[in-house]
Amino acid sequence: MLTTVFYILSAITLATAFLTIFTRNPIHSAIYLVICFFSIAGHYLLFNAQFLAVVHIIVYSGAIMILLLFTIMLMNLNKEDEKHKSGLTILAAVASFCLVAFVLLAAFIKSMPIIEEYYVSGEDYQSIKVLGQVLLDEKNGFMIPFEFASVLLLVSMIGAVLLSKKEEKISL
Amino acid sequence: MQNVLQEIGINNYIYLSTILFCIGIFGVLFRRNAIVMFMSIEIMLNAVNLLLVVFSTYHQDAAGQVFVFFSMAVAAAEVAVGLAILVGIYRNIHSIDIDKLKNLKG
Repeated sequence: MLTTVFYILSAITLATAFLTIFTRNPIHSAIYLVICFFSIAGHYLLFNAQFLAVVHIIVYSGAIMILLLFTIMLMNLNKEDEKHKSGLTILAAVASFCLVAFVLLAAFIKSMPIIEEYYVSGEDYQSIKVLGQVLLDEKNGFMIPFEFASVLLLVSMIGAVLLSKKEEKISL
Repeated sequence: MQNVLQEIGINNYIYLSTILFCIGIFGVLFRRNAIVMFMSIEIMLNAVNLLLVVFSTYHQDAAGQVFVFFSMAVAAAEVAVGLAILVGIYRNIHSIDIDKLKNLKG
């Protein structure tokens, strides 16, 4: 049962990721990417990480995709006039795809697992309560990175506003 | 709740996220449209996030999932700034074809 769900979800994830890249129309790419993100949220649900799945849907399928879609519509890019790259570039892309896949798989498969035998301890480690304790624990939590993340978001917001403000045209 | 990793095995998840990451790399190298390149970068980030969650479940440790939250925050910031830069580029050269951005080549 679980294995079937996993294979269906993986097929959706990989197929929509491929379609995102190969579709000529950027709007279609964005829509395929939304489906890809939803299937990844399904993977998170398989791991019983509900909070992460919900946050993933809100942040990726919600915020980021709306941002991308609005940019596409703002630039009026919903036409398929993109020229393909030259043959040599495509060959290099395929070669690097295969090489990176080979290196990553070799590194992951050949590395020694820390846990020899996987077992379930039955301990609660991924409910919202535990996640909040790990995130905001006073002594060895992630309190300072959490504050820095908020500063990063503030700075990126200011930066985005400043960058997209109307300014004097620079001749290129 | 049945356990996922016992049923499916961690190797399948490693294959899945490796292939997803490589699709992202291929997209960055293959496409000329800068927005689709951004989408490929998002696919790569998601592949890494997925593997982090898998290993967090494997070690039964919540720190991996907390790390994914930070990576999501950074991804959101990155997309906001990157799209603002793209809008600036589009205003100046009326295209977001990255092959046209070679003024530094001389």
